[in-house]
Amino acid sequence: MSLMINTKKDNPGAAYTLGPLQAGPPCCVPEPLIQVDNLSLHYGAKPALAKVSLDIYKGCITALIGPSGCGKTSFLSVLNRLTDMIPDCRVLGHVYFDNKDLRHPTLDVQALRRDIGMIFQKPVPFPLSIRRNIELPLREHGMNKAADLNARVQQVLQDVGLWEEVKDRLEAPAQALSGGQQQRLCIARALALRPKVLLMDEPCSALDPIASGVVEDLIQRLRGQYTVVIVTHNLAQARRIANYAGFFWVKERAGCLIEFGQAKQIFEAPVHELTAAYVQGKRG
Amino acid sequence: MSLSNTDRQLAALLRVGALLAAVIVLLILWFLFKESWALLRQVTWTRFFTDASWHPVAGLYRITPMLSATLYATLGAVLLAAPLGIASALFNQYYAPPLLAAVYRRLIGLLAGIPSVVYGFWGLTTLAPLIGRLHPPGVSLLTGILILTLMILPTVALTVDAALAAVPVASIRSAAALGLSRWGFISGVALPTARSGLASGTLLAAGRAIGETMAVLMVAGNVAGQPHSLFDPVRTLTANIALEMAYATGDHRAALFVSGLVLMGMVLVLVGVAEWFGKERSYV
Amino acid sequence: MSKNALATGLICLVAVLVTSVFFWLLTDLVIHGLPRLSGPFFVEASQNAGRSGGIGPIIVSTALILLVAIVTSAPLGLATAVLLSEFTRPGSLFGRLVRRSLDVLAGVPSIVFGLFGNAFFCIYLGLGFSILSGGLTLACMVLPLLIRTAEQGLQVAPNDYRLAAAALGMSRSAALTHLLLPAAMPALVAALLLAIGRAGAETAALVFTSGYVDRMPDSLLDSGRALSVHIYDLSMNVAGGDANASAAALVLIGLLLIINTIAMSLAKQWRIATP
Repeated sequence: MSLMINTKKDNPGAAYTLGPLQAGPPCCVPEPLIQVDNLSLHYGAKPALAKVSLDIYKGCITALIGPSGCGKTSFLSVLNRLTDMIPDCRVLGHVYFDNKDLRHPTLDVQALRRDIGMIFQKPVPFPLSIRRNIELPLREHGMNKAADLNARVQQVLQDVGLWEEVKDRLEAPAQALSGGQQQRLCIARALALRPKVLLMDEPCSALDPIASGVVEDLIQRLRGQYTVVIVTHNLAQARRIANYAGFFWVKERAGCLIEFGQAKQIFEAPVHELTAAYVQGKRG
Repeated sequence: MSLSNTDRQLAALLRVGALLAAVIVLLILWFLFKESWALLRQVTWTRFFTDASWHPVAGLYRITPMLSATLYATLGAVLLAAPLGIASALFNQYYAPPLLAAVYRRLIGLLAGIPSVVYGFWGLTTLAPLIGRLHPPGVSLLTGILILTLMILPTVALTVDAALAAVPVASIRSAAALGLSRWGFISGVALPTARSGLASGTLLAAGRAIGETMAVLMVAGNVAGQPHSLFDPVRTLTANIALEMAYATGDHRAALFVSGLVLMGMVLVLVGVAEWFGKERSYV
Repeated sequence: MSKNALATGLICLVAVLVTSVFFWLLTDLVIHGLPRLSGPFFVEASQNAGRSGGIGPIIVSTALILLVAIVTSAPLGLATAVLLSEFTRPGSLFGRLVRRSLDVLAGVPSIVFGLFGNAFFCIYLGLGFSILSGGLTLACMVLPLLIRTAEQGLQVAPNDYRLAAAALGMSRSAALTHLLLPAAMPALVAALLLAIGRAGAETAALVFTSGYVDRMPDSLLDSGRALSVHIYDLSMNVAGGDANASAAALVLIGLLLIINTIAMSLAKQWRIATP
């Protein structure tokens, strides 16, 4: 196996081309679904990301690691255009999703966000019942028949392993659920829209270890059917679940992608010395 | 901002509403000018200061007696209300135990909530006779000042209270560590730190005093002559409008609108200066 | 005596002074007004220019004036607040202009609102001295307060909801109607109540817009005397009206107290600064 990974240290923006995938399970194919090319992002005059280029592969789990404040969350927000909602946020570069320009001004952003769901660090259940939480976005997108809605609610709750726990109290307020249950509900709510991609911004970091384990197992089960991009500070977790990993670091006050490759390679044979120091816990 | 069609329609609708709300000010200014114009185009503005007296039916438009009454009343009220209000705020912040401070703050809030017509009524029935015993007739500049003081004291107290609350707790502790007395801390640290709050609170109160109508109308005696002592009955600009609007026609009515313009100008200058002071305040 | 002790003494003295003046005012009103307060006082028509009788028609007129003020200012205020907080980037020109003009509006003296209301609503629009004119004038007056409080309420609604809703591909309108407005409801109610309180305390803007007539109004185009105007008229123009004026003042203060207390407790629960 030959990995042709470009790791010129002085040019973190260079493209990474990956060879055939061996480490991942068969459902994970090295076929790029999202292509990021030379992406930079500024908040006002403050740079947050500089020249990031990488591919997100279909059906795989891609973990983004690195210290706080190195632009990982900003990177995720570009992918579903949540950056549109941040005043003063300027994005440069190209992002292609399914070979379409994701940053095109006439793109239907709401449709895009249906295709690319997002899970936040802190679970954000709406102040509604469990059922309404899942139904609300579905109704927004035109699903109105009670039978369809019921079926979808049950299916996604089963998908996230919440059905048995809440099936008798679907009308109860979602905010009465435990933290881990809330996060799984949020995942279910995102899955209900049948997205192609799920962006996860440290989905376990606000949870206790047991709930965190349950959510992690769930993410594992999403592999193949969904493309997952997950930001995590938990290196052990990234190592357990990721097919690909990208390491971000702050250079000249902007977040840069230092190294990107198969997770196994990043964690076991990092090319860049910063990556090596970080994954071995020496820095960051 | 990326907006869907429904969003765009809603935003357009809201913009119409906001535009209407924003246009009211222009409408007010327009009508003040429009109604004043009949007079302003006949007489030069200096005549409002150089005419022999205020006798609008006879074509004499001297507004200086009313202007000076407004200024004296405002000045007197601010001179009284500022120290009292600041002392009240200091009492809340640094002297009263928390429970008492809460009660006192509530009481100040209640004072702020009493309508001006009730202050006027009380001043007329209780305060004016008392002052009349000292020096008849009782309804006078002094009574007006005292009632105005009561009315604007809450404005000063509440603004300064908020400004003092923003003085960092750490500076209180470090002052104590330096062995400063309570008054030493207040005069040396708290008041200088909160000075822009003091200034903006006082200016806001002054604006309120200038614009107040009912209370002064009811207690100040309403003689349109130049005041020579605190015990003289006076007529402020606002009271003048309220008294004469009922029967004014033609140029007389226009003269009242001119005094409305003058009032508006004075208040706007004060609000502007208060805002300018307020901006310096650091938001905590 | 040290400076410190002197300051302590003076500051506590001020607190006692202010407190006693407050209770002096209140007891005066209670002593003179309470004996007049009775069930019939609230419903009977005023007789003998208000010296005797009740305040029935005046309460009705007041309620109608406030109703007009709120029904017209609430949609306008809510629309502006939503636009400023949800559909305007901070620092946008339009938003800045709207905010600036509202700041100016908030500073306009109430007697100037009276002049404007008289010239615009009564004469220019031909509504005459009427409940409608008075209510509309008050609507203009309370708008800045209403908008500022409602906007603060919306801004306190968790930003997470906006992001999460957007991430689910929901429109801003849907997030607004299903999540943000319900979440901000207590604050919006508080804003309305504060506006009613402010309008109810107003006199100067009403004297030349809704007028003096103390009969029961037949329609919104009738002149109607507000409670505050009634107090003014009784104490200034009617000899021997003081007792009824005290009673009316007690009623007005009581009403405002109830309205403001509910508003403040809602606002406090919602962590909004109230003016």
